[in-house]
Amino acid sequence: MMDTLEKNTKKSNKNLYYSFTFLMLVILLYIVLFFLNSNKTLESLFASWNIFVSIVPVLILVVFLIGVLNYFLKPKKVSQYLGKESGIKGWLLSALFGIISHGPIYVWYPLLKNLKQHGMRTGLVAVFLYNRAIKIPLLPVMIFYFGVFFVIILCIYMIIASIVQGKIIEIIEAR
Amino acid sequence: MANKEINDSGKSNLILSFYKAIKSFSTTLPILFGVVLLIGLLKIYIPPALISSVFRGEIFQDTFIGSGIGSISAGNPITSYIIGGELLKEGVSLFAVTAFITAWVTVGIIQMPAEASILGKRFALTRNILCFIFSILVAIFTVLTLQVLI
Repeated sequence: MMDTLEKNTKKSNKNLYYSFTFLMLVILLYIVLFFLNSNKTLESLFASWNIFVSIVPVLILVVFLIGVLNYFLKPKKVSQYLGKESGIKGWLLSALFGIISHGPIYVWYPLLKNLKQHGMRTGLVAVFLYNRAIKIPLLPVMIFYFGVFFVIILCIYMIIASIVQGKIIEIIEAR
Repeated sequence: MANKEINDSGKSNLILSFYKAIKSFSTTLPILFGVVLLIGLLKIYIPPALISSVFRGEIFQDTFIGSGIGSISAGNPITSYIIGGELLKEGVSLFAVTAFITAWVTVGIIQMPAEASILGKRFALTRNILCFIFSILVAIFTVLTLQVLI
């Protein structure tokens, strides 16, 4: 347990390092471009600022929703429900858990492996992973850019796709 | 007395949950700043003609390209929404943008080594290939449904 925790912190530190490197490279690009074409670069900065200001309220909502999910959902609880059950309930539950699961994906791989060893169906693992694509805290951002209708329709098709995909994977693995 | 203890631990759990949320979100902030700054640059420096030369307005080809770009990119989905939204404003079709944001989250070429080592090579490979195909299908179905409804 301690081991995975340590690994995760190490990994997130590494990610943070890459993130900052990326940001620094972009800033460096700005500095270089500023000397080449100061007007256009300032215009770019202004355009970025406009994008940023428009998404700040949505981002605050995102942090709030992540906090709420952190409070109510723990990986241990998930394993309680996804044990050996299959059937329709198993498919729907793994879709639901995929949607409300949070945090980086590598936190969930070991849990999924564990569940698989305890008899969780491969298809359910695939369903869980696919539905991680639907992130409740991020929906406000998606709605902001694409509209409510689009988001609802997309989510419905994603859930359907996840189940079809899970079935196909089971058929392929059974061969 | 015991009740009060339970209440206290509940409260500290709540604070911890929000602390974790802020912490995990703040680690994505540098990327977010970087991407927004980059989009600002692209908006001003790249002529719209270049974008329309990549996305030509042919449904299947555009959707395929969208999925392809989404597959090799990874990171917080918010980034993909921002990029997708801006592409949309530049006139790229909703088919391509939907395929892009769907592939971004479902196909994980960068995470594939980790997925393969923990959940199996065969599983990871089939899953990612299927996800790629499904990102195209989901995009086409979503946009067609949207067009019928609105």
